[in-house]
Amino acid sequence: MASGLHNSEVANPVLRWIDQRLPVITMMQKEYGTFPTPRNFNYFWNFGALAMVNLLIMIATGIFLAMNYTPHVTMAFDSVERIMRDVNYGWLLRYVHANGASMFFIVVYIHIWRGLYYGSYKAPRELLWMLGVVIFLLMMATAFMGYVLPWGQMSFWGATVITNLFSAVPLVGPDIVTWLWGGFSVDNPTLNRFFSLHYLMPFVIFGVVFLHVAALHITGSNNPLGIDPKGPQDTLPFHPYYTAKDSVGLVAYFAFFAVLVFFFPNLLGHADNYIPANPLVTPAHIVPEWYFLPFYAILRAVPDKLGGVVMMFGSIAILFVLPWLDTSPVRSMRFRPLARPFFIVWCVAFLVLLYCGGKPPEEPYVTISRVATAYYFLYFLVILPLLGRLERPLPLPESIARPVLRGGGPLPAGAMSKPMEKA
Amino acid sequence: MADSMAQTAPQDGGTRRDFLQLVTAAFAAVGVGTLAWPFISSMNPSRDVLALSTTEVDLTPIATGSAVTVMWRGMPIFVRNRTAEEVKEAREVPVADLRDPQTDQARVKKDNWLVVVGVCTHLGCVPLGQKPTDPRGEYGGWFCPCHGSHYDTSGRIRKGPAPLNLAVPDYVFNTDTKITVG
Amino acid sequence: MSVKTLKALAVAAGLLAGAGLAGPARAAGGAEHLPHVNFSFDGPFGHFDLASAQRGFLVYKQVCANCHSMRLLSYRNLRELGLSDEQVRAIAADVQVVDGPNDEGEMFERAGRPSDRFRSPFANEKAARAANNGALPPDLSVITKAREGGAQYIHALLVGYEDPPAGVTLMDGMYYNKYFAGHQIAMAPPLSGDGQVEYTDGTNPTVDQMVRDVSQFLTWAAEPEMEQRKAMGVKMVLFFTVLGGLAYAVKRKVWADVH
Repeated sequence: MASGLHNSEVANPVLRWIDQRLPVITMMQKEYGTFPTPRNFNYFWNFGALAMVNLLIMIATGIFLAMNYTPHVTMAFDSVERIMRDVNYGWLLRYVHANGASMFFIVVYIHIWRGLYYGSYKAPRELLWMLGVVIFLLMMATAFMGYVLPWGQMSFWGATVITNLFSAVPLVGPDIVTWLWGGFSVDNPTLNRFFSLHYLMPFVIFGVVFLHVAALHITGSNNPLGIDPKGPQDTLPFHPYYTAKDSVGLVAYFAFFAVLVFFFPNLLGHADNYIPANPLVTPAHIVPEWYFLPFYAILRAVPDKLGGVVMMFGSIAILFVLPWLDTSPVRSMRFRPLARPFFIVWCVAFLVLLYCGGKPPEEPYVTISRVATAYYFLYFLVILPLLGRLERPLPLPESIARPVLRGGGPLPAGAMSKPMEKA
Repeated sequence: MADSMAQTAPQDGGTRRDFLQLVTAAFAAVGVGTLAWPFISSMNPSRDVLALSTTEVDLTPIATGSAVTVMWRGMPIFVRNRTAEEVKEAREVPVADLRDPQTDQARVKKDNWLVVVGVCTHLGCVPLGQKPTDPRGEYGGWFCPCHGSHYDTSGRIRKGPAPLNLAVPDYVFNTDTKITVG
Repeated sequence: MSVKTLKALAVAAGLLAGAGLAGPARAAGGAEHLPHVNFSFDGPFGHFDLASAQRGFLVYKQVCANCHSMRLLSYRNLRELGLSDEQVRAIAADVQVVDGPNDEGEMFERAGRPSDRFRSPFANEKAARAANNGALPPDLSVITKAREGGAQYIHALLVGYEDPPAGVTLMDGMYYNKYFAGHQIAMAPPLSGDGQVEYTDGTNPTVDQMVRDVSQFLTWAAEPEMEQRKAMGVKMVLFFTVLGGLAYAVKRKVWADVH
């Protein structure tokens, strides 16, 4: 073996030649082949892989849509309709892209929920979690700018309202908004820069996803029991066990996605966005896309402009410090009898906010939004820090393998079942 | 595809599982292949582009000896009303001497009207020779300024790097004074 | 499966349902409930009734087109509606479209070609408003996608004209419509008498028939890809069902030695 070459174990001579010089095959084998993975994942652990696939679908369809889209205020709407009518399979590309955004948020919300329930944000995975929050923020920015591109009524007025949020910044607010717009209202310069950034952001997301996965492969995955693997008996090689399991989830995801695209392509959209943008007429009910509704509800729950904006961004920013707000040493909610009901109420509050965000800003929705917003923050800022001191967690299982192999013993119900058989 | 699958399969033992994995992988591969098609197809000409693929040309304003250029599918079409002399010149050339042998009669529908695609067959430049002031090359037809191809009064390549004659598009005479290209 | 996982799944399902609910929940804006009509294109196996859509095109051409543009459609699209090439050419040739500039630099009018867009009744928005008492007749190209309720709403709107209830004073030039937001609409009842449009296929042109036909036509105009989309969707769902079964079987086999 020549010095300086990687010690490759690949059999095929051509692949071996490459692997000695650029050990990508060894790396893939290590990170996705033999990578030791907790043996007790349930199907919630599919959603990271699903999000990755979803990102790739969005990039692929987006690149092909961009080949036919014109980012100009007089032509954007028509160019989108041309994609729908005249470009071969253009309707398919556009509906996959538009519904793909919704699917992306469904998948990522479930992925985040999984992290919250099973305590995946706790040491040593704090940075992994924070990178995830960065991805979530980038996704929101990308989705928002993408929604502006068809230049319908909701595009225009969504862009107007959301960019105006920045006018709440003290002193320089109005200047920031003018800078964002490139003019004195949302107009052609705004559309052009949004298109440029909308094309750029997915690749930034891809970069952060790479870091997210890299960080994951340093600490290893969390698991439904929230305890660390203690040896080889607690883990399985990623391939074929989790490639097979992820495939099942992936097909189910595709089936759901297909039903949305082929039978209800406009269900999650707004009829108003099929009306070309008109700067003189605001639609009667302007609401953001469904995935922004919880945060929109928080914005509207606060009767102060700056306060509302701060609370809205704060509701996401708070996730960055969550690893330190939750003081309990136990990760999985399965072993946290007190935290679990509080968390379930938090989930309900989140769904209530999602519902109220789509309702007109009138009673009783305003009051309900305020209660839900208060609980949203209370949970993170007061309940979680206190519970870490007050709660007496259930006894943790000795190891991941033990409850699986013995199928019984003095363990809580959740740990006794065979987690692979779920769903 | 099946071959490459078969290579990796035997390591795992149990043939039942191998077969099942093979079928599943084949099925998934077919799915991926099918889904790739809309992407590829979307880059082909769209329906509005195809709908514009005919152009009508009114011949009345074109005097003998002059020519017009019209757009067809984004390319220039040269329509020349040739003089009797130009027609004679084009027909006297021995076909065997030509790089791309074609008789003038095979390239026109009416003796004086020559309709060709004005794109040099070398690398796609537009040859000169439409305006009276343009150089027309050594053979009185067209001259491509990019790499020096000379075309004769039938649009045939006579000198220079171009391999083929200027293409004749599909066209029909709707009336004596009107043609439809495409 | 443990009780806890069940609960966890229920929460996830709630999130999914929340996404779904947020859509329809918005639709109900205190408006009148739309009367339900069955259309041939409803459901996953729905298809267009081309004869009805062709009659609907007649209704559009003879009635709606006096005020409403359909600028995203071209005459060539009518071939997909089942009209022959000659019929499409004739329909297009009936219309004078502005082309140019010619060699003298002047715009000129010529007979329409199949590749031309539907001619708009007004030159621009200002002209349309000036001719319609300040109201803008919306473009109908994607109207069924641009209104909550789609074809159901178009149908309801066209049959929803009635005398204003006691106590309601209509503004000048406005009409009372049960299903229009605010109930006062600037559009006069467009289809008011049986036989208003002459059908050539022997169908009796009652108001209800004309309304159904034009709703069918406008749905086709807004979603010309619908039949292809739904047919493809059925195949996709079948494919993923089979592939899902296979993937699950593989997963069971792979995991067999772990359990």
